[in-house]
Amino acid sequence: MLNTFMVYVENKPGVLTRVASLFRRRAFNIDSLTVGRTEKPEVSRMTITVDADRDQARRIEANLYKLVNVLLVENITNQPAIIRDLAMIRVAATHEARSHVLELANVFRARVVDVAPESLTLEITGAEEKIDGLLDLLRPYGVLEMVRTGIVAMRRGSKSSEAVSARESAVADITDDGVSYSV
Amino acid sequence: MTDQKATLTTSKNKTTMTGASILWECLEREGVKHVFGYPGGAILPAYDALKGSNIHHILVRHEQGATHMADGYSRASGEVGVAVATSGPGATNMVTGIATAMLDSSPIVCITGQVGSKLIGSDAFQETDITGVTLPITKHNYLVTHASEVARTIREAFYVAKSGRPGPVLVDITKDAQQGTCEFDWEAAKPQLPGYRPDLSPAPQEYEQALELIHNSKRPVILAGHGIIISGAMREVRDFAERAGIPVALTLLGLGAFPASHPLNLGMMGMHGEAWVNHMIQEADLLLAFGMRFDDRVTGNLKTYAPNAKKIHIEIDPAEINKNVKVDVPLVGDLREVLLELMPKVESIDRSEWLDHIDKLKGDSAVRDIQNLPDSGHLYAAHVINDLWRQTRDGKTIVVTDVGQHQMWEAQYYKHEHPRTLITSGGLGTMGFALPAAIGAKVACPDAEVWVIVGDGGFQMTMCELATLVQENLKIHIAIINNGFLGMVRQWQEFFYDRNYAATPLLNPDFAKLADAYGIRSATVSERSGVVPTVEAARQHEGPMLINFKVEQEDTVYPMVAAGAALHDMIRRPSPIVETAEDE
Repeated sequence: MLNTFMVYVENKPGVLTRVASLFRRRAFNIDSLTVGRTEKPEVSRMTITVDADRDQARRIEANLYKLVNVLLVENITNQPAIIRDLAMIRVAATHEARSHVLELANVFRARVVDVAPESLTLEITGAEEKIDGLLDLLRPYGVLEMVRTGIVAMRRGSKSSEAVSARESAVADITDDGVSYSV
Repeated sequence: MTDQKATLTTSKNKTTMTGASILWECLEREGVKHVFGYPGGAILPAYDALKGSNIHHILVRHEQGATHMADGYSRASGEVGVAVATSGPGATNMVTGIATAMLDSSPIVCITGQVGSKLIGSDAFQETDITGVTLPITKHNYLVTHASEVARTIREAFYVAKSGRPGPVLVDITKDAQQGTCEFDWEAAKPQLPGYRPDLSPAPQEYEQALELIHNSKRPVILAGHGIIISGAMREVRDFAERAGIPVALTLLGLGAFPASHPLNLGMMGMHGEAWVNHMIQEADLLLAFGMRFDDRVTGNLKTYAPNAKKIHIEIDPAEINKNVKVDVPLVGDLREVLLELMPKVESIDRSEWLDHIDKLKGDSAVRDIQNLPDSGHLYAAHVINDLWRQTRDGKTIVVTDVGQHQMWEAQYYKHEHPRTLITSGGLGTMGFALPAAIGAKVACPDAEVWVIVGDGGFQMTMCELATLVQENLKIHIAIINNGFLGMVRQWQEFFYDRNYAATPLLNPDFAKLADAYGIRSATVSERSGVVPTVEAARQHEGPMLINFKVEQEDTVYPMVAAGAALHDMIRRPSPIVETAEDE
């Protein structure tokens, strides 16, 4: 089954390689990986989806924690969360088809971001299934080009950000002889 | 340099230093007394600054040797071993040693020079992306491009290497970072590792679950691994085993963690483990895994592994839980601390029925032991190792092995009473490990008697380090178990490739002349009667000695669990005394 992890990492060079290399080395297959900035300049955040059973998912989490630059890992697969994917779809839209395509875009709340004589480019944000649904309907008209960002996710409620603050306060716990007593 | 040192001692807080000087200063403050290294262009500024340091630099003959020496140093002493090399080929030569340390959780810090930061990415002379290369085989690694980053990085490297589950850390320092200057402030350079969690501990209910399994078990076995030695839990494991009356089987790297002469010691498990040990694991109703990771070499076929046993896994690395074997109760934490927590609640239980059963299995196997077979006039490696053990058992002799048949015979016939007296490459199985690792061990423990047991194949992989041994004036004895073959590979060809000995017979140099060329005394032994007197001669000799033991060419390590076979399905030594009918 597809597992979704939110991974908070130190915003340092090479961290993405470390994470990607871990998945390759342990033969876990990444379905999608996104990375970007967060509200804290020193923290980046990844959303990773990966096909794994329950035991594998636990091992992925444990292995991610073994990376020194990983601050926090949350498996939100069965958690209430907001999950969004973004797609830009260039679809063939001749004179006759144009109004049909625009109607579909309207129903799916996709935005038209570019218009050309023979095509329309739509931007759609939403759960992956919603985008898949629109794509299915657009295919008969001719999908000329498509790009998706992969999903980003956020847990509902305020728990994640609190957890990260707790993790950061552990920095202060490193004592003089270099031993950390953080959990 | 010396001036800077002087400034440092007078004003304790801040002083301006080069990155190179900061490097040595930090190493000293981390307690480093020896480093193993090889100079070259990109690391020259660091070597130039070495003269202002109290650290003794040992010049190796190949950078792989430097990493194995640092590894051997660490395994013998428990301290962090340090290896130094230049960029490019110097750094890539370290790869095998780093991977060896990674697989065996050995704390080493490797310092490599790197081309100037402005040249990075330009394919400059001797430029290699060594942090990229070593990413999957280090616990963590760093690229340092400014002098101001040196101090914190070195402090973090040592902390990461030795805490939690130890491992190798590589620090790649650009030439300009070594040459540049900055203010050095040790206090301000504290490690900043917000995500690093080396100190986990189990939940109270997990202890309860473990205790329940222990108290309900009739046929328990402790699987004792390397983690006992790393955690320093020898005393606790012994107390636990004695109190609960549970026999102890050891992994290869666990040898020495539990005294060989202890009545509850069963011996080694796994592919070349004792037959009774493997049978007991298969018959057990509870396995207590102490600091071991269910490697394929100790489990055999996972589908048939210990089918009736519940499993308790005490392990510091959460990523090892349920990796190979699904366990019933994981206790994630430092082994010693976990055992101290468990101990007061463990009840003493009479398990004499189980222990008697074990004694019966042991007696059955003893008749197959090569030591009990009539003397055929041949010299067997098992004889050499057993005699060596008898001669050196009085002290805390450190034996360093290479990889292959001799390594397995060492594990079977050298009875280790103390931790850190067997140093061997387990996980990676690195041929060429023995000689350099022994040099590291001897440097760490100058008063210990150090023996290298090495095959004729593996010896030739790193024998250039004989020069290092002589240059450092180290008394290390080298026992070459010479059968003229890559013995373990030949054994696999014998069993599984229809005796097609492809590329396993060896044409060897005259080892006596070779030793002579380095000014090392040597001897050749081809009869059993020569083993003891030659070992004694070596021990009495004031310098190092190389002994070429010409042993039976096509001898085989028994028992053997074939790769992928069930653990109880062992190939046994054909014996004139016991018919094979009893085997299956």
